[in-house]
Amino acid sequence: MRKLVIAISMLAFAGSVAYADPVQDRQALMKERGKLAGQLSKVVKGEEDFDAAAVLKTLQALQANAEKFDVEKLFPAGSDKGDTTAAPKIWEDMAGFKADEDKFLANTKAAVASPPGDVDGLKAQLNTLGGDCGACHQSYRVKKS
Amino acid sequence: MAWLKKLAGAVVVLGGAAAAAGWFLSAPVRLDAGTVAQLGPGDAAKGKRIFYAGGCTSCHAKPGAEGDARLQLVGGLELKTPFGTFVPPNISQDHKDGIGAWSEEDFANAMLKGVSPSGEHFYPAFPYASYARMKPADIADLYAFMKTLPAVAGKAPDHRLSFPFTIRRGIGLWKLLYLSPEPVIALPNGTPDKVLAGRYLVEGPGHCGECHTPRDIAGGVKKSEWLAGAVAAEGSGVVPNITSDGKSIKSWSEADIANYLETGFTPDFDSVGGAMVEVQRNMAQLTADDRAAIAAYLKAVPAHPNGYPARKPAS
Repeated sequence: MRKLVIAISMLAFAGSVAYADPVQDRQALMKERGKLAGQLSKVVKGEEDFDAAAVLKTLQALQANAEKFDVEKLFPAGSDKGDTTAAPKIWEDMAGFKADEDKFLANTKAAVASPPGDVDGLKAQLNTLGGDCGACHQSYRVKKS
Repeated sequence: MAWLKKLAGAVVVLGGAAAAAGWFLSAPVRLDAGTVAQLGPGDAAKGKRIFYAGGCTSCHAKPGAEGDARLQLVGGLELKTPFGTFVPPNISQDHKDGIGAWSEEDFANAMLKGVSPSGEHFYPAFPYASYARMKPADIADLYAFMKTLPAVAGKAPDHRLSFPFTIRRGIGLWKLLYLSPEPVIALPNGTPDKVLAGRYLVEGPGHCGECHTPRDIAGGVKKSEWLAGAVAAEGSGVVPNITSDGKSIKSWSEADIANYLETGFTPDFDSVGGAMVEVQRNMAQLTADDRAAIAAYLKAVPAHPNGYPARKPAS
Protein backbone atom coordinates (compact mmCIF):
# COMPACT_ATOMS: atom_id res chain seq x y z
CA MET A 1 0.00 0.00 0.00
CA ARG A 2 2.75 2.40 0.96
CA LYS A 3 4.57 1.57 -2.25
CA LEU A 4 1.46 2.30 -4.24
CA VAL A 5 1.00 5.69 -2.59
CA ILE A 6 4.62 6.55 -3.29
CA ALA A 7 4.30 5.37 -6.86
CA ILE A 8 1.18 7.45 -7.42
CA SER A 9 2.65 10.56 -5.86
CA MET A 10 5.80 10.14 -7.89
CA LEU A 11 3.77 9.85 -11.03
CA ALA A 12 1.77 12.91 -10.10
CA PHE A 13 4.97 14.82 -9.41
CA ALA A 14 6.52 13.75 -12.70
CA GLY A 15 3.32 14.79 -14.43
CA SER A 16 3.25 18.20 -12.80
CA VAL A 17 6.86 18.83 -13.79
CA ALA A 18 6.36 17.74 -17.36
CA TYR A 19 3.22 19.82 -17.69
CA ALA A 20 4.30 22.85 -15.62
CA ASP A 21 3.56 25.14 -18.53
CA PRO A 22 5.49 24.10 -21.55
CA VAL A 23 3.87 26.80 -23.69
CA GLN A 24 5.19 29.59 -21.47
CA ASP A 25 8.57 27.92 -21.10
CA ARG A 26 9.13 27.51 -24.81
CA GLN A 27 7.89 31.02 -25.54
CA ALA A 28 10.33 32.44 -22.99
CA LEU A 29 13.19 30.56 -24.62
CA MET A 30 12.17 31.76 -28.08
CA LYS A 31 11.91 35.36 -26.85
CA GLU A 32 15.39 35.12 -25.35
CA ARG A 33 16.69 33.64 -28.59
CA GLY A 34 15.23 36.53 -30.57
CA LYS A 35 16.76 39.07 -28.20
CA LEU A 36 20.19 37.49 -28.58
CA ALA A 37 19.88 37.41 -32.38
CA GLY A 38 18.85 41.05 -32.16
CA GLN A 39 22.04 41.97 -30.32
CA LEU A 40 24.08 40.37 -33.11
CA SER A 41 21.98 42.04 -35.76
CA LYS A 42 22.65 45.50 -34.30
CA VAL A 43 26.36 44.88 -34.80
CA VAL A 44 25.83 43.62 -38.36
CA LYS A 45 23.74 46.69 -39.19
CA GLY A 46 26.45 48.96 -37.78
CA GLU A 47 24.26 50.30 -34.98
CA GLU A 48 26.80 48.99 -32.50
CA ASP A 49 30.56 48.54 -32.79
CA PHE A 50 32.01 45.11 -33.33
CA ASP A 51 33.38 43.85 -30.00
CA ALA A 52 34.73 40.32 -30.43
CA ALA A 53 34.38 39.44 -26.74
CA ALA A 54 30.80 40.69 -26.50
CA VAL A 55 29.85 38.89 -29.72
CA LEU A 56 31.33 35.63 -28.44
CA LYS A 57 29.39 36.02 -25.19
CA THR A 58 26.16 36.45 -27.14
CA LEU A 59 26.93 33.42 -29.30
CA GLN A 60 27.60 31.38 -26.16
CA ALA A 61 24.28 32.53 -24.74
CA LEU A 62 22.60 31.39 -27.96
CA GLN A 63 24.22 27.99 -27.65
CA ALA A 64 23.11 27.72 -24.00
CA ASN A 65 19.60 28.68 -25.07
CA ALA A 66 19.60 26.04 -27.80
CA GLU A 67 20.82 23.39 -25.35
CA LYS A 68 17.91 24.17 -23.04
CA PHE A 69 15.44 23.73 -25.87
CA ASP A 70 14.40 20.13 -25.21
CA VAL A 71 11.66 19.63 -27.78
CA GLU A 72 10.14 16.59 -26.11
CA LYS A 73 9.73 18.37 -22.77
CA LEU A 74 8.66 21.68 -24.27
CA PHE A 75 6.20 20.25 -26.79
CA PRO A 76 4.44 17.40 -24.96
CA ALA A 77 1.34 15.88 -26.51
CA GLY A 78 -1.65 18.14 -25.90
CA SER A 79 0.36 21.37 -25.75
CA ASP A 80 -0.90 22.36 -29.18
CA LYS A 81 -3.92 23.98 -27.55
CA GLY A 82 -4.39 27.45 -26.14
CA ASP A 83 -2.30 30.54 -26.67
CA THR A 84 0.29 29.01 -28.95
CA THR A 85 1.41 29.47 -32.51
CA ALA A 86 2.99 26.01 -32.61
CA ALA A 87 1.82 24.29 -35.80
CA PRO A 88 0.11 20.88 -35.62
CA LYS A 89 2.91 19.65 -37.87
CA ILE A 90 5.23 19.54 -34.83
CA TRP A 91 3.30 16.59 -33.48
CA GLU A 92 2.86 15.00 -36.89
CA ASP A 93 6.59 15.12 -37.55
CA MET A 94 8.38 15.38 -34.21
CA ALA A 95 11.55 13.88 -35.74
CA GLY A 96 11.71 16.56 -38.44
CA PHE A 97 11.06 19.28 -35.86
CA LYS A 98 13.83 17.93 -33.65
CA ALA A 99 16.20 17.74 -36.62
CA ASP A 100 15.65 21.45 -37.34
CA GLU A 101 16.33 22.33 -33.70
CA ASP A 102 19.45 20.12 -33.68
CA LYS A 103 20.70 21.91 -36.77
CA PHE A 104 20.34 25.25 -35.03
CA LEU A 105 22.18 23.91 -31.98
CA ALA A 106 24.99 22.55 -34.17
CA ASN A 107 25.31 25.92 -35.93
CA THR A 108 25.51 27.83 -32.62
CA LYS A 109 28.21 25.42 -31.47
CA ALA A 110 30.12 25.93 -34.72
CA ALA A 111 29.86 29.71 -34.31
CA VAL A 112 31.16 29.56 -30.74
CA ALA A 113 33.97 27.22 -31.79
CA SER A 114 35.21 29.67 -34.44
CA PRO A 115 33.99 33.08 -33.33
CA PRO A 116 33.91 35.80 -36.00
CA GLY A 117 36.84 38.19 -36.21
CA ASP A 118 34.96 41.00 -37.89
CA VAL A 119 31.53 42.24 -38.93
CA ASP A 120 31.57 40.31 -42.21
CA GLY A 121 32.33 37.07 -40.40
CA LEU A 122 29.49 37.74 -37.99
CA LYS A 123 27.16 38.62 -40.85
CA ALA A 124 27.79 35.24 -42.48
CA GLN A 125 27.15 33.43 -39.20
CA LEU A 126 24.00 35.39 -38.47
CA ASN A 127 22.74 34.59 -41.96
CA THR A 128 23.17 30.89 -41.24
CA LEU A 129 21.50 31.12 -37.85
CA GLY A 130 18.71 33.35 -39.17
CA GLY A 131 18.17 30.86 -41.98
CA ASP A 132 17.67 28.17 -39.34
CA CYS A 133 15.04 30.34 -37.61
CA GLY A 134 13.15 30.73 -40.88
CA ALA A 135 13.50 27.10 -41.94
CA CYS A 136 11.86 25.93 -38.73
CA HIS A 137 9.21 28.66 -38.62
CA GLN A 138 8.30 27.87 -42.21
CA SER A 139 6.85 24.49 -41.30
CA TYR A 140 6.36 24.44 -37.57
CA ARG A 141 4.83 27.79 -36.67
CA VAL A 142 1.49 29.12 -37.80
CA LYS A 143 0.42 32.76 -37.65
CA LYS A 144 -2.97 33.12 -36.02
CA SER A 145 -3.48 36.87 -36.00
CA MET B 1 -51.92 26.80 -73.49
CA ALA B 2 -50.36 28.91 -76.21
CA TRP B 3 -48.85 31.23 -73.60
CA LEU B 4 -47.02 28.34 -72.00
CA LYS B 5 -45.55 27.35 -75.32
CA LYS B 6 -44.52 30.94 -75.87
CA LEU B 7 -42.95 31.10 -72.45
CA ALA B 8 -41.09 27.86 -73.01
CA GLY B 9 -39.93 29.17 -76.35
CA ALA B 10 -38.76 32.40 -74.76
CA VAL B 11 -36.89 30.49 -72.06
CA VAL B 12 -35.18 28.33 -74.65
CA VAL B 13 -34.25 31.33 -76.75
CA LEU B 14 -33.05 33.34 -73.76
CA GLY B 15 -31.22 30.39 -72.31
CA GLY B 16 -29.60 29.73 -75.65
CA ALA B 17 -28.63 33.36 -75.97
CA ALA B 18 -27.18 33.37 -72.45
CA ALA B 19 -25.23 30.21 -73.20
CA ALA B 20 -23.96 31.66 -76.46
CA ALA B 21 -23.04 34.91 -74.73
CA GLY B 22 -21.35 32.99 -71.92
CA TRP B 23 -19.42 30.92 -74.43
CA PHE B 24 -18.42 34.03 -76.31
CA LEU B 25 -17.47 35.99 -73.18
CA SER B 26 -15.51 33.15 -71.64
CA ALA B 27 -13.28 32.66 -74.69
CA PRO B 28 -9.54 32.86 -73.97
CA VAL B 29 -8.17 36.21 -75.16
CA ARG B 30 -4.59 36.47 -76.34
CA LEU B 31 -2.32 39.49 -76.35
CA ASP B 32 -2.88 42.05 -79.08
CA ALA B 33 -0.19 42.54 -81.72
CA GLY B 34 0.87 45.85 -80.21
CA THR B 35 1.81 44.26 -76.90
CA VAL B 36 3.55 41.36 -78.62
CA ALA B 37 5.62 43.90 -80.58
CA GLN B 38 6.76 45.47 -77.30
CA LEU B 39 8.31 42.23 -76.09
CA GLY B 40 11.55 42.54 -78.00
CA PRO B 41 14.61 40.39 -77.45
CA GLY B 42 15.00 39.62 -73.76
CA ASP B 43 18.10 40.12 -71.63
CA ALA B 44 18.75 37.07 -69.42
CA ALA B 45 20.86 39.01 -66.90
CA LYS B 46 18.02 41.43 -66.27
CA GLY B 47 15.53 38.58 -66.24
CA LYS B 48 17.16 37.06 -63.19
CA ARG B 49 15.92 39.99 -61.11
CA ILE B 50 12.39 39.49 -62.42
CA PHE B 51 12.63 35.77 -61.71
CA TYR B 52 13.35 36.44 -58.02
CA ALA B 53 10.87 39.29 -57.78
CA GLY B 54 8.25 36.89 -59.16
CA GLY B 55 9.17 34.11 -56.78
CA CYS B 56 8.72 31.47 -59.53
CA THR B 57 10.83 28.96 -57.67
CA SER B 58 8.67 29.08 -54.51
CA CYS B 59 5.89 27.19 -56.24
CA HIS B 60 7.58 25.54 -59.22
CA ALA B 61 10.71 24.02 -57.60
CA LYS B 62 10.37 20.50 -56.32
CA PRO B 63 9.02 20.75 -52.75
CA GLY B 64 11.87 20.86 -50.24
CA ALA B 65 14.54 21.58 -52.85
CA GLU B 66 17.57 23.52 -51.59
CA GLY B 67 20.40 25.39 -53.28
CA ASP B 68 20.77 25.01 -57.03
CA ALA B 69 18.01 22.41 -57.09
CA ARG B 70 15.62 25.33 -56.60
CA LEU B 71 16.31 26.26 -60.21
CA GLN B 72 14.97 22.91 -61.39
CA LEU B 73 11.40 24.03 -62.00
CA VAL B 74 9.83 20.62 -62.15
CA GLY B 75 6.68 21.51 -60.16
CA GLY B 76 4.74 19.16 -57.91
CA LEU B 77 3.99 21.28 -54.84
CA GLU B 78 0.44 20.84 -53.56
CA LEU B 79 -1.57 23.97 -52.86
CA LYS B 80 -4.64 22.91 -50.92
CA THR B 81 -7.37 25.53 -51.26
CA PRO B 82 -11.14 25.67 -50.81
CA PHE B 83 -11.47 25.09 -54.58
CA GLY B 84 -9.40 21.93 -54.48
CA THR B 85 -5.72 21.08 -54.75
CA PHE B 86 -3.66 22.96 -57.30
CA VAL B 87 -0.35 21.46 -58.41
CA PRO B 88 2.08 23.90 -60.05
CA PRO B 89 3.33 22.28 -63.28
CA ASN B 90 6.79 21.70 -64.70
CA ILE B 91 8.01 25.02 -66.13
CA SER B 92 11.58 23.85 -66.73
CA GLN B 93 13.08 23.96 -70.22
CA ASP B 94 12.15 20.35 -70.93
CA HIS B 95 10.50 20.33 -74.38
CA LYS B 96 7.98 17.63 -73.59
CA ASP B 97 7.13 18.05 -69.90
CA GLY B 98 8.10 21.68 -69.36
CA ILE B 99 7.91 24.91 -71.37
CA GLY B 100 11.09 24.47 -73.41
CA ALA B 101 9.10 24.46 -76.65
CA TRP B 102 7.23 27.69 -75.88
CA SER B 103 7.91 30.79 -77.94
CA GLU B 104 8.38 34.15 -76.27
CA GLU B 105 4.85 35.04 -77.36
CA ASP B 106 3.46 31.86 -75.79
CA PHE B 107 5.20 32.76 -72.55
CA ALA B 108 3.86 36.33 -72.63
CA ASN B 109 0.31 35.06 -73.23
CA ALA B 110 0.64 32.82 -70.18
CA MET B 111 2.04 35.55 -67.95
CA LEU B 112 -0.13 38.47 -69.04
CA LYS B 113 -3.34 36.78 -70.19
CA GLY B 114 -3.37 33.43 -68.40
CA VAL B 115 -3.72 31.59 -71.70
CA SER B 116 -1.79 28.44 -72.61
CA PRO B 117 -0.17 27.85 -76.01
CA SER B 118 -3.04 25.49 -76.86
CA GLY B 119 -5.54 28.25 -76.07
CA GLU B 120 -6.81 27.07 -72.70
CA HIS B 121 -7.30 29.24 -69.62
CA PHE B 122 -4.85 28.70 -66.77
CA TYR B 123 -6.27 28.63 -63.27
CA PRO B 124 -5.53 31.88 -61.42
CA ALA B 125 -3.65 29.95 -58.73
CA PHE B 126 -0.93 30.88 -61.22
CA PRO B 127 -0.98 34.56 -60.26
CA TYR B 128 -1.31 36.08 -63.73
CA ALA B 129 -3.90 38.49 -62.35
CA SER B 130 -0.85 40.19 -60.79
CA TYR B 131 1.60 39.43 -63.60
CA ALA B 132 -0.83 41.12 -66.01
CA ARG B 133 0.50 44.42 -64.61
CA MET B 134 4.05 43.65 -65.75
CA LYS B 135 5.90 45.46 -68.53
CA PRO B 136 6.25 43.41 -71.72
CA ALA B 137 10.01 44.07 -71.73
CA ASP B 138 10.30 42.45 -68.28
CA ILE B 139 8.40 39.41 -69.55
CA ALA B 140 10.89 39.13 -72.40
CA ASP B 141 13.83 39.38 -69.99
CA LEU B 142 12.30 36.73 -67.75
CA TYR B 143 11.78 34.46 -70.76
CA ALA B 144 15.45 34.87 -71.69
CA PHE B 145 16.57 34.07 -68.14
CA MET B 146 14.38 30.99 -67.92
CA LYS B 147 15.95 29.75 -71.15
CA THR B 148 19.23 29.51 -69.18
CA LEU B 149 17.70 27.19 -66.55
CA PRO B 150 17.93 23.40 -66.78
CA ALA B 151 15.49 21.12 -68.58
CA VAL B 152 14.09 18.56 -66.17
CA ALA B 153 11.84 15.75 -67.33
CA GLY B 154 8.77 14.68 -65.39
CA LYS B 155 5.16 15.84 -65.37
CA ALA B 156 3.63 17.07 -62.13
CA PRO B 157 0.27 15.48 -61.24
CA ASP B 158 -2.92 17.19 -62.45
CA HIS B 159 -4.90 19.61 -60.30
CA ARG B 160 -7.56 17.90 -58.21
CA LEU B 161 -10.51 20.27 -58.14
CA SER B 162 -14.17 19.97 -57.31
CA PHE B 163 -17.04 20.84 -59.65
CA PRO B 164 -17.73 23.49 -61.02
CA PHE B 165 -14.09 24.60 -60.84
CA THR B 166 -13.21 21.73 -63.12
CA ILE B 167 -14.66 23.71 -66.03
CA ARG B 168 -11.75 25.75 -67.30
CA ARG B 169 -13.88 27.78 -69.63
CA GLY B 170 -15.53 29.41 -66.61
CA ILE B 171 -12.24 31.13 -65.87
CA GLY B 172 -12.93 33.34 -68.87
CA LEU B 173 -15.79 34.97 -66.95
CA TRP B 174 -13.55 35.28 -63.88
CA LYS B 175 -11.01 37.10 -66.01
CA LEU B 176 -13.61 39.63 -67.15
CA LEU B 177 -14.04 40.57 -63.51
CA TYR B 178 -10.50 40.41 -62.21
CA LEU B 179 -7.91 40.54 -64.99
CA SER B 180 -6.63 44.01 -65.72
CA PRO B 181 -3.22 45.55 -66.40
CA GLU B 182 -4.18 48.67 -64.43
CA PRO B 183 -2.44 49.38 -61.10
CA VAL B 184 -4.51 48.62 -58.00
CA ILE B 185 -3.55 51.75 -56.12
CA ALA B 186 -3.84 54.96 -58.11
CA LEU B 187 -1.01 57.27 -57.08
CA PRO B 188 -1.17 61.04 -57.65
CA ASN B 189 1.09 62.91 -60.06
CA GLY B 190 4.36 63.76 -58.40
CA THR B 191 4.56 60.47 -56.49
CA PRO B 192 8.27 59.72 -55.96
CA ASP B 193 9.79 57.25 -58.43
CA LYS B 194 10.76 55.01 -55.54
CA VAL B 195 7.11 54.51 -54.57
CA LEU B 196 6.11 53.90 -58.20
CA ALA B 197 8.89 51.34 -58.54
CA GLY B 198 7.67 49.67 -55.36
CA ARG B 199 4.10 49.62 -56.65
CA TYR B 200 5.26 47.86 -59.77
CA LEU B 201 7.21 45.23 -57.83
CA VAL B 202 4.46 44.60 -55.25
CA GLU B 203 1.41 44.69 -57.51
CA GLY B 204 3.06 43.09 -60.54
CA PRO B 205 5.82 40.49 -60.39
CA GLY B 206 5.93 40.28 -56.57
CA HIS B 207 2.20 39.37 -56.52
CA CYS B 208 2.10 40.17 -52.77
CA GLY B 209 -1.62 40.88 -52.91
CA GLU B 210 -2.43 37.30 -53.91
CA CYS B 211 -1.87 36.13 -50.33
CA HIS B 212 -2.01 39.38 -48.34
CA THR B 213 -5.44 40.49 -49.61
CA PRO B 214 -8.75 38.84 -48.70
CA ARG B 215 -10.73 37.29 -51.56
CA ASP B 216 -14.40 37.51 -52.41
CA ILE B 217 -16.67 34.53 -52.94
CA ALA B 218 -15.57 34.13 -56.56
CA GLY B 219 -11.93 34.01 -55.55
CA GLY B 220 -10.96 37.49 -56.75
CA VAL B 221 -8.91 39.74 -54.50
CA LYS B 222 -10.91 42.50 -52.80
CA LYS B 223 -9.15 45.62 -54.02
CA SER B 224 -11.04 47.66 -51.41
CA GLU B 225 -9.08 45.76 -48.76
CA TRP B 226 -5.79 45.70 -50.63
CA LEU B 227 -2.99 44.10 -48.54
CA ALA B 228 -5.19 44.05 -45.42
CA GLY B 229 -4.19 40.45 -44.70
CA ALA B 230 -6.33 37.36 -45.09
CA VAL B 231 -7.11 33.95 -43.80
CA ALA B 232 -4.55 31.81 -45.63
CA ALA B 233 -6.07 30.54 -48.89
CA GLU B 234 -3.62 27.69 -48.77
CA GLY B 235 -2.41 25.96 -45.62
CA SER B 236 -3.51 27.19 -42.20
CA GLY B 237 -3.48 30.38 -40.14
CA VAL B 238 -3.54 33.94 -41.41
CA VAL B 239 -1.42 36.06 -43.70
CA PRO B 240 -0.67 39.38 -41.97
CA ASN B 241 -2.07 42.80 -42.71
CA ILE B 242 0.78 44.74 -44.33
CA THR B 243 -0.95 48.11 -44.58
CA SER B 244 -0.08 50.75 -42.01
CA ASP B 245 -3.08 49.71 -39.93
CA GLY B 246 -1.75 46.23 -39.36
CA LYS B 247 -0.33 45.31 -35.99
CA SER B 248 2.54 43.59 -37.73
CA ILE B 249 4.16 46.45 -39.59
CA LYS B 250 2.48 49.59 -38.24
CA SER B 251 5.50 50.46 -36.11
CA TRP B 252 8.07 49.39 -38.70
CA SER B 253 10.11 52.02 -40.51
CA GLU B 254 10.84 51.71 -44.22
CA ALA B 255 14.35 50.56 -43.23
CA ASP B 256 12.82 47.88 -40.97
CA ILE B 257 10.70 46.54 -43.85
CA ALA B 258 13.67 46.50 -46.21
CA ASN B 259 15.83 44.80 -43.59
CA TYR B 260 13.16 42.17 -42.96
CA LEU B 261 13.01 41.39 -46.68
CA GLU B 262 16.81 41.10 -46.75
CA THR B 263 17.50 39.15 -43.53
CA GLY B 264 14.20 37.62 -42.43
CA PHE B 265 14.34 39.34 -39.03
CA THR B 266 11.56 41.59 -37.79
CA PRO B 267 12.56 44.73 -35.85
CA ASP B 268 11.83 42.90 -32.58
CA PHE B 269 13.87 39.92 -33.81
CA ASP B 270 11.20 37.47 -34.45
CA SER B 271 11.92 35.66 -37.68
CA VAL B 272 10.06 35.23 -40.91
CA GLY B 273 7.76 32.19 -40.93
CA GLY B 274 5.36 30.12 -43.01
CA ALA B 275 5.13 30.63 -46.76
CA MET B 276 6.89 34.00 -46.34
CA VAL B 277 10.17 32.16 -45.72
CA GLU B 278 10.40 31.28 -49.42
CA VAL B 279 9.34 34.78 -50.40
CA GLN B 280 11.95 36.39 -48.18
CA ARG B 281 14.67 34.19 -49.67
CA ASN B 282 13.72 35.50 -53.08
CA MET B 283 13.51 39.11 -51.89
CA ALA B 284 17.03 38.76 -50.47
CA GLN B 285 18.21 38.23 -54.07
CA LEU B 286 16.94 41.66 -55.16
CA THR B 287 18.94 44.86 -54.90
CA ALA B 288 18.80 47.10 -51.83
CA ASP B 289 17.07 49.69 -54.03
CA ASP B 290 14.31 47.27 -54.97
CA ARG B 291 13.69 46.34 -51.33
CA ALA B 292 13.66 50.02 -50.35
CA ALA B 293 11.12 50.69 -53.11
CA ILE B 294 8.84 47.93 -51.86
CA ALA B 295 9.06 49.38 -48.36
CA ALA B 296 8.25 52.89 -49.60
CA TYR B 297 5.18 51.63 -51.47
CA LEU B 298 3.90 49.65 -48.47
CA LYS B 299 4.06 52.83 -46.40
CA ALA B 300 2.08 54.63 -49.12
CA VAL B 301 -0.83 52.19 -49.54
CA PRO B 302 -4.12 53.08 -47.79
CA ALA B 303 -4.43 51.65 -44.29
CA HIS B 304 -7.13 49.00 -43.72
CA PRO B 305 -8.21 47.07 -40.63
CA ASN B 306 -7.25 43.40 -40.65
CA GLY B 307 -8.84 41.36 -43.42
CA TYR B 308 -9.13 38.35 -41.10
CA PRO B 309 -11.06 37.69 -37.89
CA ALA B 310 -9.53 38.38 -34.49
CA ARG B 311 -7.87 35.48 -32.80
CA LYS B 312 -10.14 33.49 -30.55
CA PRO B 313 -9.18 33.81 -26.88
CA ALA B 314 -7.32 30.78 -25.52
CA SER B 315 -9.78 28.19 -24.31
